[in-house]
Amino acid sequence: MASARIQPGEAERSIISGIRNGREDAMAQLYDRYSSMVYSVALRVMGDTSAAEDVMQEIFMQLWRNPSAFDANRGSLAAWLAVVARNRSIDALRKRRPETSVDDVVVAADIDLESDAARKIALEKVRGALAGMPAEQRRAIGLAFFEGLTHTEVAARTGEPLGTVKTRIRTALQTLRKVMA
Amino acid sequence: MAAHEQFADDLALYAIGSLPASEAAGVEKHLETCAECRRELESLRGDAALLALSAAGPAPPARSRERLLAAVKNAPRRQRMILYHAKPWWAIAPVAASLALAIFGLFLWRENTNLRQQQAEMQQKQQSLVAELARTEHESEKAREMLYMMTSPDVQKVSLATPKGAPQPVAKAMYKSDKGHLLFMASNLAPLPSSKTYELWLVPMSGAAPMPAGTFMPDAKGGAMVMNPPIPPGTEAKAFAVTVEDAPGSEKPTMPMVLMGAGQ
Repeated sequence: MASARIQPGEAERSIISGIRNGREDAMAQLYDRYSSMVYSVALRVMGDTSAAEDVMQEIFMQLWRNPSAFDANRGSLAAWLAVVARNRSIDALRKRRPETSVDDVVVAADIDLESDAARKIALEKVRGALAGMPAEQRRAIGLAFFEGLTHTEVAARTGEPLGTVKTRIRTALQTLRKVMA
Repeated sequence: MAAHEQFADDLALYAIGSLPASEAAGVEKHLETCAECRRELESLRGDAALLALSAAGPAPPARSRERLLAAVKNAPRRQRMILYHAKPWWAIAPVAASLALAIFGLFLWRENTNLRQQQAEMQQKQQSLVAELARTEHESEKAREMLYMMTSPDVQKVSLATPKGAPQPVAKAMYKSDKGHLLFMASNLAPLPSSKTYELWLVPMSGAAPMPAGTFMPDAKGGAMVMNPPIPPGTEAKAFAVTVEDAPGSEKPTMPMVLMGAGQ
């Protein structure tokens, strides 16, 4: 288990504070800093540029309307946005009502994701870790995370036992944590 | 996690939303009572965030920036305090009543009477309140919980005030420890610069360090409200306190306390 948690840096704190105080320029800063990341996650899940843009817009507007949805004491804004973008995209892909309120998502990221440079370094590490995984493990976590399949559906898709699929997904997440440690 | 190995695989699936609802219920039940697994869940979601990063791709179309900022300009804000603005008569009533009682030095004797009056008022207004809050499902759910927190006899109620009289900030905390549910309302708070924030603290009965229980900024009239910050169910409260911290909040309280109050 991770023992330390990186709290939001100065830039994130400034953006969050600005949004809470109703400053529109803070939303512009939010967009400039995180739109590419949020859009990329949504596009990867949905495969449609227009739908991905809609999801990004929805997430940013939810933060504007209800800034307390993000708790700065519980992790970084970048990690929170990444997870919310994925969850919202899966919901939209399946045309279902949001299953998880953004208020409920608490993300502990133990690495620096605030700057573009830091995210680029993290991206290279994550891609390296994914490339180093057994193909079956990479496929299992990809189906579950980016296509939103349950482990039962992943097992049906791959023809593997449920227990094997469960363990592969958990091991894949552990691998990512270790490579970033 | 060694003691919770049986949940390890399911917790990972739950973190990325890949556990069917039928199995998720068991994990959620365990999470209600296991702080260790809740922390692990947060970390697993952090791992998932890393996975999301691998999706790095093209930038969004240029028009989306203008689209967002135009929407921002026209969108209403929905902060915690908005609920307070919409219902000032009963959000302020218990706080104002507590202040008056403190001034007359009859706080303890009058507290029960005050609560009965609040309850009567709440019941009288309940029908119209529910109709109003039915506009959104989310806010309606919060309002029902507020009613419960304010009227239920098994909810711990704590009044907070500055030790020395004068028209000072006052607040009331209604806390249900077995569920970790908390409703906090304050008034007469001094405005703060944007670099600062008020922070609510729960002082555990166990003697552990004060726990952050939400940050808030007062509205133009000095009123504020916090509802259901993340508090582990089962946390017994010895007292509640409010401090001023650097925005967006702190893990440890910075003295002096603006408000404090012990549980009844």
